[in-house]
Amino acid sequence: MKTDHHVILRVVAKPLIPIISLFALYVHFHGDYSPGGGFQAGVIIAVAVILYSLIFGITPAMKAVPPWFARSLSALGFIIFGAVGVWALMMGGNYLDYDALFNEEPGGHYGQHYGILFVELGVLFAVAGSMLSIFYAFAGRVTEIKDEDW
Amino acid sequence: MTGYEGADLAIALINVVLLGLLFVIGVAIARMRSLFAIVMLSGVYSLISATWFVALDAVDVAFTEAAVGAGISTALLLGAMLLTSRTAKPEPRAMRIVPLFAVIAVGCMLVYATIDLPAFGDPDSPANTYVGTAYLERTPEDIGVPNIVTAVLASYRGFDTLGETGVVFAAALSVILLLGFGERSLSASLRKKTDKKG
Repeated sequence: MKTDHHVILRVVAKPLIPIISLFALYVHFHGDYSPGGGFQAGVIIAVAVILYSLIFGITPAMKAVPPWFARSLSALGFIIFGAVGVWALMMGGNYLDYDALFNEEPGGHYGQHYGILFVELGVLFAVAGSMLSIFYAFAGRVTEIKDEDW
Repeated sequence: MTGYEGADLAIALINVVLLGLLFVIGVAIARMRSLFAIVMLSGVYSLISATWFVALDAVDVAFTEAAVGAGISTALLLGAMLLTSRTAKPEPRAMRIVPLFAVIAVGCMLVYATIDLPAFGDPDSPANTYVGTAYLERTPEDIGVPNIVTAVLASYRGFDTLGETGVVFAAALSVILLLGFGERSLSASLRKKTDKKG
């Protein structure tokens, strides 16, 4: 019979992981009103996946969130950030000038709101992907973490 | 500072307790040899400094410190620790004098430097007069976002944040290039396995 010493750990961690991810989204979309933003949200999402891989093993985590996905996510985030700047350029403004995004009247704040949201989304993707890639690069060198290793 | 009598004393007490805890943990980390305990204690160190940042009203910094310092760095250091031995090499007693002197000298310099700093929360300090007040005054009409930290980070200083995102991306890229893609990495062997099956 296979003995599993970590039943309690697994049972406790399983419901926590979706809540952690949900909290990351809250931190991102509520960043305009409360402390937080894309960077913190990205780190929290990465932590949720890392917690999963620490408890259930690195191989299932790599199946759930493949390393190529983490790498692409990181690049995609950086591209989104740059693209918002190019969008502002196309609309006739300066690079990263969110007021120009929707060509609105002076005093309107839609451009600023959505500009900040998109840019922070880019930061979220870049940070989450980067942190996860770095963790995979370190943890992927050992095939399995045994109990005696701690 | 505020409200009722003894508030100043309470805040001072909290500061002393938190900083005292940080000092104890710092000494413990310096004296320890087990890498696992050191990684865990540095996570605790980050968490306590995050608490202290909350006491200083720097909520955004505290949040980042808790997420990055206590969360991701601890996990990354654990991952790195698995690749090496579990205990640090003991150093000869005579060699320990040099770092001690270095720490004391740097500490003296820092204490000397703090004498010139403006008092905490001083409205006339340089940080609270020039550009800081301008941001506070102009954010509601310029950006329309209640959290001024977000407004400064993402809008006023958008180029800075773009550069920071680039730095994070470059750091991940270099780690991947140094460690990740090779034959020995787990992701490569996983990919091979699925290729054989499919």
